Amino acid sequence: MRAWFFTEDAYPYLPDADSYESIRVNLPNKHFDPATGADLYNMYLDMWCAADEMGLNIMNNEHHQTATCMVPAAPIMLGILARETKNARLLILGNPVANRSQPVRVAEEMALIDVLSKGRLECGFVRGVPYEIAPANVYPYRGTEKLWEAHDLITKAWTTHDGPFNFEGRWFHARQVNIWPRPYQQPHPPVWVTMGSAGSAAQVAQRGHVGGVFLAGYPKIRSIFDGYRKGYLDAHGSDTPIDRLAYCALIHVGKTEKEGLEGAEKLLWYMSSNKVPPQFANPPGYHAPAMAAAMMRGNNSGTGLPTSTNLAEQMARGNVFAGTPDQVYDQIKNFYDYCGGFGNLMMMSQAGFMTFDETLASMRLFSEEVYPRLKELTAGYDAGEMQEIRVALPDVENIDISNLASEFVR
Amino acid sequence: MTSQTSTMVSLRGVDVPMVRCGSGPPVLVLHGGDGPVDHLPFVKSISSSFELLHPTHPGFGGTPIPEHFDGLEDLTFLYLDLIDSLDLQDAILVGFSMGGWLAAEIAVMNTGRFSKLVLVDSVGIKPGGPLDRDISDVFALSAQDLQKATWHDQSLVPNFPEMSDEELQTIASNKIAHGLYTWEPYMHNPKLRYRLHRIDIPTLLVWGENDGIVTPDYGAALRDLISGARLSVIPDAGHHPHIEQPAEFTARFLEFASG
Repeated sequence: MRAWFFTEDAYPYLPDADSYESIRVNLPNKHFDPATGADLYNMYLDMWCAADEMGLNIMNNEHHQTATCMVPAAPIMLGILARETKNARLLILGNPVANRSQPVRVAEEMALIDVLSKGRLECGFVRGVPYEIAPANVYPYRGTEKLWEAHDLITKAWTTHDGPFNFEGRWFHARQVNIWPRPYQQPHPPVWVTMGSAGSAAQVAQRGHVGGVFLAGYPKIRSIFDGYRKGYLDAHGSDTPIDRLAYCALIHVGKTEKEGLEGAEKLLWYMSSNKVPPQFANPPGYHAPAMAAAMMRGNNSGTGLPTSTNLAEQMARGNVFAGTPDQVYDQIKNFYDYCGGFGNLMMMSQAGFMTFDETLASMRLFSEEVYPRLKELTAGYDAGEMQEIRVALPDVENIDISNLASEFVR
Repeated sequence: MTSQTSTMVSLRGVDVPMVRCGSGPPVLVLHGGDGPVDHLPFVKSISSSFELLHPTHPGFGGTPIPEHFDGLEDLTFLYLDLIDSLDLQDAILVGFSMGGWLAAEIAVMNTGRFSKLVLVDSVGIKPGGPLDRDISDVFALSAQDLQKATWHDQSLVPNFPEMSDEELQTIASNKIAHGLYTWEPYMHNPKLRYRLHRIDIPTLLVWGENDGIVTPDYGAALRDLISGARLSVIPDAGHHPHIEQPAEFTARFLEFASG
């Protein structure tokens, strides 16, 4: 198992949520104090550097026009980390290539980071959440097609070394592509793509890339990972290597269960502060008509994120792993067995008002007491054996958390 | 009383549903972003003296968006084919909102098959500078603000929770098509203002006085780019004067069409 420390770099010092319509897109930036922002940027960079020192890997991302994520240009932060860190793999998940007009520029930025870090880049591509549409001003219809065309252009740019090539696609045009630098890793940095359904997972699997899933929980994880494994088998004729699958959850480890759960409550800021009105959560062309219609009726948040801010519920769904090191390991192991195994754990381990010290205390407990066991778990991975374990566990919507953490009372 | 017939016009692999009703000189009606208007009362009033031809744009009313479609220009060329295939002669071309933009794009290509042009609360040009929001950003407005901008009579606001799943999905699909045709440059073609002089047939612009999507001032700017065009503003109406004031709308249309 490889673990990836992740924070979305929130700017949490906001007025009462009742005083604004949305935390995204149209929240006036008068609420952003540059001096406070400078301190926060440095704190977040320090957290990532601490992750490197603890032997964890690093993941970052970007969002636009939002207080939930202060980083509108993830490559800039990753460029700093390429210089400041020594060992960590550097994952960007990811570049919103469906919303960016110049894939060649993305190829250049990624190659620079890969060279500067001496081959530590892992390069993710994402379609982006619906509220990225207004800031990007890009029509989201056929966004997945755009993502894959950008992907094709970028990987071609990374792997072409004999002078310019021509690319005139449906969405992107570049007639003299010849990037300097070229990537450090050969043939190119590992590629990750996010996936949210069996169908999207199959497309990632066909290309053999790492598929990343965010907060799908027990209700959805099997269909997505099964879709990947089937797609991989169909395309490559072999079982999915465990390092091709990645899962992201909110994780907090405490010395005591109480400490672990209190930390997890702070992580729920991700869910509780995500106030977004329908016109930004449901822009035309992003969701399929049935989904868009359900959202118009008010049946679905459309954010792709679970909406509950109840910790017990989120833990039962497999979106939050929290408690003592033993409990956190048990919760991850149970989820791992249920979904058939995954080799990458993306850890949303800081949010909202969680302090530097609180974050590092949890990271330290994780890296010293949970991580070694997870590495051992995946080191013994056998696809056939794993499927036997998985098949023995029936489909569930939520697990009974009390079976895993006997002292869990809420 | 005239009955409606629904036909399907097949144009090089793109099927366009079309409603025909009435008898008399042909009127080609191009609907706007809210979808077909063939069911509205004004259609019945006009069809006693004209034959209305009302196609549904691909993507609206549950129809698929052709794979190669990216924007309004695709609709323009589709309808040039449709107009040829119907062999229209001396027809009146009417467009509502986005359909008005479409009608203008068709007219600047060739007015040969048309006798008159009617643009209703039409978009298509950008009169102001980069910082001017000439056309309300309907895709970024809250439902409440969109209703305020659209309707003079707020009681006409659609009630989504009371609609069937099918109706809601059709509205959602219409919105997808609307966005596809109008996203960027938003609701206009920067080149159109340099082409509108080519319209050489009598042109009437009909506008709701309280339209908050495109105001009567926008209508005046559009009028000034079309030689001899007249702007007729209907009181107590918003972006859909043909729905809010059907009698007045019909009267002004018939006066122009029959004159």
